[in-house]
Amino acid sequence: MALQNLDRRIIYILIFLAVSIPLIKPIGLKMHISENVKKVYSLVQETPENSRVLFSFDYDPASMPELHPMAISAFRQALLKKQKIVCTAMWPMGVQMYEDVVKKMKVEFPNIKYGVDYINLGYKAGGIVTMQAMESDINKVFPTDFSGKALSDFPIMNNVSSLKNFKYVLSFSAGAPGIKEWVMIAHDQAKIKVAGGVTAVSAPSILPYVNDQHQLVGLLGGMAAAAQFESLNHFKGTATKGMDAQSLAHLVIIIFILMGNLNYILLKKKKERGNK
Amino acid sequence: MKRNIPLLITFIAGFIIIISEFIPHYPFGSVKSGLEGWFLIISSFAIILGNLNLIKVNILKIKFKSQNWKYSYVTLISFTIMLLAGVFWGTQTKSGILGSGSGIIAQIGDKPFDYLYNNVYQHLSATMFSLLSFYIASAAYRAFIGRTVEAKLLVFSAIIVMLGNTSLGFLITSGLPHSLDFLQLPNISEYIMKYPNTAGQRAIMIGAGLGIIGSSLRIILGIERSYLGGE
Repeated sequence: MALQNLDRRIIYILIFLAVSIPLIKPIGLKMHISENVKKVYSLVQETPENSRVLFSFDYDPASMPELHPMAISAFRQALLKKQKIVCTAMWPMGVQMYEDVVKKMKVEFPNIKYGVDYINLGYKAGGIVTMQAMESDINKVFPTDFSGKALSDFPIMNNVSSLKNFKYVLSFSAGAPGIKEWVMIAHDQAKIKVAGGVTAVSAPSILPYVNDQHQLVGLLGGMAAAAQFESLNHFKGTATKGMDAQSLAHLVIIIFILMGNLNYILLKKKKERGNK
Repeated sequence: MKRNIPLLITFIAGFIIIISEFIPHYPFGSVKSGLEGWFLIISSFAIILGNLNLIKVNILKIKFKSQNWKYSYVTLISFTIMLLAGVFWGTQTKSGILGSGSGIIAQIGDKPFDYLYNNVYQHLSATMFSLLSFYIASAAYRAFIGRTVEAKLLVFSAIIVMLGNTSLGFLITSGLPHSLDFLQLPNISEYIMKYPNTAGQRAIMIGAGLGIIGSSLRIILGIERSYLGGE
């Protein structure tokens, strides 16, 4: 069969097999831990006990395979370090993402208490303006938690009036509003540490914020970083399981790129011979 | 008057926000804070407006039998079912007008809205995103061709970054001695992302930033009026 006429269904079948076989039967390939992942891990690890930290769920189910494992690992790490986690969402579906993370955490940490160890402020429309208003006065933006109870009723919110009262912000972000806006407000204005996770496709545009000014302390980019973060946390989640599938899928795509280029070279040579 | 009043409001609001960045004291600070509150309220109403627009657009599509009008029925029916499930029995910890639906929870294990969200929306949404991998593979084969020197560089660096982001990249070069660590595929991939990529991205960001400043000034000064409609 001529390479240029390769049926796209063959490509689809090979991708399907490359993704599904390792998911059914994991290979357990080893990983290299990147500097950016280590930085995010160290940020959570080195923040003292009882510190108030802010988790922002800025994604929806479409980005779950990449961002959800990061959120689960980070939430778990912060709970192990006995940090007090205040959650919010800049995306409407982020609230459901938070719910799912907490549901999983309650299995591993049955003693965690809502309002003492963690709290959900819920979703608020407005994006960067919401964040800006949180920098001035959180109670004005979120007078109640997600269920409608006054924030002053919860011990976790004692002495928390502005973004400045948090030790760090972790944003799990699939786009705007998300991590870029948190950098602009939480780091550049409130001067607190910001880190988080993004999808692999948006990582190149967010990476410039990991710089000498520490606008971002570190960055988890895509499922590979999520798997590395799980590995640092000694936790085997869905990212670790998905890495084998992603590795093989990348390999198949690379093989197709090489085949496409080989096809181009062969056609070019044939054309040149024809012209002679 | 119909155009001048919105232009005046835009000018005053924009001017106050810019001034308050330089003079964050009374009265600019408090006016800015008030404007932020207004923005949050308007944003919430924009969600309702968006929903109403969705209904209107789809009803019109059905009415005039536009292209793919049958899918509009699916949109409207799904929208109505989710809306009613949320209004009647609430979502998660919140109750609806008919209570929390404990009878339904006993039957299906969740509130109707959450059940539909967890078992339908979540999977459909993830499926749509997952389909990308098939299209990327097909598109890469057909379009990712090194026809010029620049394209060859792009293909070469893309392959390194793709391999470096997987366990295979580590596996291929893990046998290298420590003195040649910099040649490990994940390290080369990290280098490409950290330097050439960051340099390019910063150039784009600076360009975009200057563009945003220019557009914002044009809007505040009333030169750019397309947001008002017409013209």
